[in-house]
Amino acid sequence: MVLEKLWTIKELFVYPNEYIYWSIQIVMYPFMTGLVAGAFVLSSLYHLFGIKQLKEIARFSLVFSFALLMVAPLPLLLHLQKPERNYYVYMTPHFTSAIAAFGVVIFIYGSIVAAEIWFLYRKYFVENSLKLKSQISRSLRENINYLACTVLTLGAYDVRESALRKDEKAIKILAGVGVPVACFLHGYAGFIFGSVKANALWMTPLMPVIFIMSAIVSGVALCMLTYIITMEIRKFLVSRRRSFPVYQAEEEMKGVEMHVMRMTSRYLIFFLIFSISLEFLDLVFRGYTAVKSWDILRNVIYGKDFTNIFILQYTFGNLIPFVLLLIPGLTVRRAVLSLVLVLLGVFMMRWNVVIGGQSFSLTFAGYMHYHLPIIPQGYETFKEGLLGAIFIGVFPFVLFWILSRIFPVFGLKEAP
Amino acid sequence: MNRRGFLRLFLKGLAGIALARGLDEIFWRPEGLAATKPVRWVFLVDTYKCIGCGFCVKACKLENEVPFGADVSRTWVERYVLTIDREVFADTPKEGRYGFVTRRIDLGRGKYQEIPPEKIDKAFFVPKLCNQCAKPSCVQVCPVGATYQAADGVVLVDRKWCIGCGYCIMACPYGMRFFHPVHQVAEKCNFCYHRINQGIKPACVLACPAGARRIGNIKDPQDPVANIIMTQRVSVHKPEYGTDPQVYFIGLSEEVR
Amino acid sequence: MHVFRPLIVVLALGAAILAARTLVVPKDFGIHERGYMYGWYRKASEEEWKKFQVKYQGTDYCKDCHAEPFRQLHSSPHGMIECENCHGPAIDHPSDPQKLAIDRSRELCLRCHTRLPYPTSKRAEIRGIDPDGHNVGLECVGCHDPHRASKSK
Repeated sequence: MVLEKLWTIKELFVYPNEYIYWSIQIVMYPFMTGLVAGAFVLSSLYHLFGIKQLKEIARFSLVFSFALLMVAPLPLLLHLQKPERNYYVYMTPHFTSAIAAFGVVIFIYGSIVAAEIWFLYRKYFVENSLKLKSQISRSLRENINYLACTVLTLGAYDVRESALRKDEKAIKILAGVGVPVACFLHGYAGFIFGSVKANALWMTPLMPVIFIMSAIVSGVALCMLTYIITMEIRKFLVSRRRSFPVYQAEEEMKGVEMHVMRMTSRYLIFFLIFSISLEFLDLVFRGYTAVKSWDILRNVIYGKDFTNIFILQYTFGNLIPFVLLLIPGLTVRRAVLSLVLVLLGVFMMRWNVVIGGQSFSLTFAGYMHYHLPIIPQGYETFKEGLLGAIFIGVFPFVLFWILSRIFPVFGLKEAP
Repeated sequence: MNRRGFLRLFLKGLAGIALARGLDEIFWRPEGLAATKPVRWVFLVDTYKCIGCGFCVKACKLENEVPFGADVSRTWVERYVLTIDREVFADTPKEGRYGFVTRRIDLGRGKYQEIPPEKIDKAFFVPKLCNQCAKPSCVQVCPVGATYQAADGVVLVDRKWCIGCGYCIMACPYGMRFFHPVHQVAEKCNFCYHRINQGIKPACVLACPAGARRIGNIKDPQDPVANIIMTQRVSVHKPEYGTDPQVYFIGLSEEVR
Repeated sequence: MHVFRPLIVVLALGAAILAARTLVVPKDFGIHERGYMYGWYRKASEEEWKKFQVKYQGTDYCKDCHAEPFRQLHSSPHGMIECENCHGPAIDHPSDPQKLAIDRSRELCLRCHTRLPYPTSKRAEIRGIDPDGHNVGLECVGCHDPHRASKSK
């Protein structure tokens, strides 16, 4: 009857209506939007500050950011009790609610990312459209390609030097505007939790900033990781003499550029420090001021959730990758390990906030234990279970692959 | 500065003031037009009188079509037992829908606490229901305007508009809200809005054999409930959250969670 | 200038959303008495709630047809208990439902008559039994008349 009972176990004194209502999909949601923001910031580091070494990864992260952005609303759709009414947020937005305001911010941010991608690929669309137009006969695949490219030119066929320079400037402006908007986006996700005065764990002004910092960390880490994996796959395939018509034949498959890795990991470490400091500050403040909720929170943080917080998140997710990345002579293997651990750490941070905040009762005298449904026994336990989470985690890669057919990500000969 | 410049500055100033007043009007009108309405519902709970029979919970569920067997309810009854060792035990078995039929305290996870009667210093029952707060945080956070406060103070949920995000459930400091198992939208006590607008009492008020639950109109000087609230020592639950709850308690002891 | 094309697309999308609003949003949806923060809703919802079906009718509804049990109950210590507390809501009785349940279970009586000697609570003033000790498994109404609250039937 009561769906949330499927994964909530109550202990001691808990109000009757209290359950873990915001479960795994609400953990996935800020995780995915965080990846979006981080990927975009990484891309902007190149477009905005002209850091030449990041050129390859910049184009990649921008497209990946867009793929992630399209997946970001999915956890919400899966979570809503009435998903068919999801568009009401745009029909009658109640802007006193952080969720409604978030709807506007993500619309603006999505537009910025889409626009930036458009400027980046406009020359390619124009050239491809004209080339396919002049072809006498086209296969079905080429027809679809032709249609897509023509539409995506938005009628702007001017590819002279002056026009392309305007494109470059637009990209720079969008990257510049996009970074604060990305921060705003993820700050809002943090505000969604931080502003809930009813929840003793969530309510803190630090929440938006903690979310922003860990979002950037996760996005940069994911882009680095996917970049490494993609470059290594391509190197492997070329070494087996497979041909890639999309990419240029003469480009040497060098695999991962280590100087790119080292540069990006430096930014990662910077934001990691920021992120850890804020969480540490929050914890110290809570313990020192010891308000009414501190007793139960202490039991949750240092008792019930100790492994989740201190072992998984802080040690494996923050401390170990921090040390691994700082040791000189960074290798691909060590980088991959650190990045996977960082992503684990950010995921655990979302888990510890969302699930942790619902681990104790409003009575401050009871607990709720969350049991993630592993084997689905119906639609509910699928979408709010492990499989649902994995689906959301995997889907951006599927989408990225589809997008990379339209927006070629590697080896494109272009000006910017 | 010439005349044109001065005029521009003046108009800008006017626009700024208009904007500020407009935003203030839109986002925070404390009472607004509701201040002029003749009714503001309030509730009075007397914890000395409550005998823990649970008829209120049963009546509420049947009146308001909340599935009886479901472990959620618009209202519930809590039990508190304080021992001579200064320990506090509290439970609310099946939200009190079957009453309290055992001395053992339900600790959850199949565990129970036996308390010998001679060890009890005080023990009492506390019925709880939605406070219909004057500054409801649940209404503030609804992203689509599906939950709202009517002019007479009752906070309602528009079942046709709620998208089921659960933000209001998270935002209530009192744990009053839940997802209706059948309608799959947010649900909460609404003082039996359909009954009070016909001049009859809410189901829980009617059902209570001990007279522990009472409803009234704080704006009516002749109202006996309003009278008690104004002249006797009453308190509200968790005022520190700033939601300005409108359910008043007699005998709300400090152990009450 | 081609640089503004994406902006035009976005503005068109925004305009489309605003246009969709005029079709989708009910006309009575707006800011009502409590202002935007607390009064942003569809006005018709209030009326819908007012029309919700009343189920509990109250003892006055029962007393004319069921005069004898009513008289017995109200001259007994059970007088303050609503008929519908034990028999369920009358709704449209006698048309629908034709008969109300007669709950003979032990659990119904134990709601009040499980002895809980709680100091400061009125519950302590109600006489009661230990449910695990007194006639376990038997129906209370076998020996006690609930309308007269007496031992003999």
